[in-house]
Amino acid sequence: MKQMVSSALIAGFVAGLLGALLQYLLVQPDIVMAERYESGELVHFAGVVAAEAGHDHSTHDHGTAETTTEHDHGTAGTTEAHDHGEATEVSAFQRQGLTVLFAILTYCGYGLVLMGMINLAHQIGIKIGLAQGVLWGLAGFMSFQLMPALGLPPELPGMPAADFEARQLWWAVTAICTGIGLWFLCYGTAVWQRVVGAGLLAAPHVWGAPKVAAFGGIVPPELSAAFAAHSLGAGMITWMVLGGLLITLWRTDPAK
Amino acid sequence: MNTTQTTSQTASRSSALMQAIFVTLIGATVVFVAGFAHSQTLHDAAHDMRHTTGFPCH
Repeated sequence: MKQMVSSALIAGFVAGLLGALLQYLLVQPDIVMAERYESGELVHFAGVVAAEAGHDHSTHDHGTAETTTEHDHGTAGTTEAHDHGEATEVSAFQRQGLTVLFAILTYCGYGLVLMGMINLAHQIGIKIGLAQGVLWGLAGFMSFQLMPALGLPPELPGMPAADFEARQLWWAVTAICTGIGLWFLCYGTAVWQRVVGAGLLAAPHVWGAPKVAAFGGIVPPELSAAFAAHSLGAGMITWMVLGGLLITLWRTDPAK
Repeated sequence: MNTTQTTSQTASRSSALMQAIFVTLIGATVVFVAGFAHSQTLHDAAHDMRHTTGFPCH
C-alpha cells in the first residue's frame, strides 16, 4: 500500500513537472493568443474587415455580433481592446505557478488511478514490466484525454461549447468506459469479453457527446488546430512517462 | 490448520484487492478536485491546466 502510494505520488510529481513544462512550451502560447481574441484585443479577419471598410464607408452597421469590433472603421486593423482584463489580473508568473501546481496535482491523481489498476492486474497474475508500464500510460492517455477528445475536441478559451455539466458527465462516462473497455479488450480471454471491451469503447461515441448549437468561434481555426495537436501531444508524452516511471518505482519493491 | 491458512490467504488477498481499489478511488478524487470541481477559485487556478488536459471548461 505504502509502496503503491509513494510510487504513484513520485511518478505523478515528476510527470506533472514535465507536463507543466510541455504545457508552457507548447500549449500556453496558444491559450494566451486565444484569450487575446476572446477579449477582443485581436479580431479574426481584422485585416479583411479593414480592407472592406476602406472600400465602403457607408455601411456602418454590419452585424458582426461575434466580434467586438467597434464602429470606428478607419483603424479596424488595430482594434483597441476596451475592457480586457476587467477580472482580477494575475501576473504571468503566478498564473504559471498555479499551472505547475495543478499539473502536479492532476498527474498525481492519474498516477494513483493508474497504480491501483496496475496493481489489480498484477493481482490477477498479469506480468507488468517497463514496456507494459508505458503501454498502461498510453491506455490512461486514451481513457482520460484522447477518447473524450473524440467527442469533446480540445477547447480553447473563446470557443463556443455545449452545456458545461452535460459535457462533464459525458467526459467522465467516456473515461470510465474506455478504461474498462481497454481492460476487457487487452486482458479478456473469452471472445465475449473482447466484444464487451470493444462495445464499451464505442458506446459513448455511439450515444454521442453534447454538441454545440452553432459554430461561432472567434478564434482562428489555425490556432485551434495547433492547440488541439499541442495539447494531445503533450498529454501523450506525459502519460507515457507517468506509466513508465510508475512501474520502475513500484518494481523496486522487493515483494514484487 | 489448513483451513486457517486458506482463510488468512483469502483475507490477505481481499485486503490487497481493497487496497488497489482504495488507491484508485483516492486518485479519482484528486482528479475530480483538479479537473471537475465547480468552485470558482479552483476553476480559475486550474484553468490553463484544465484546458490543456482536455477537461470540460467554462
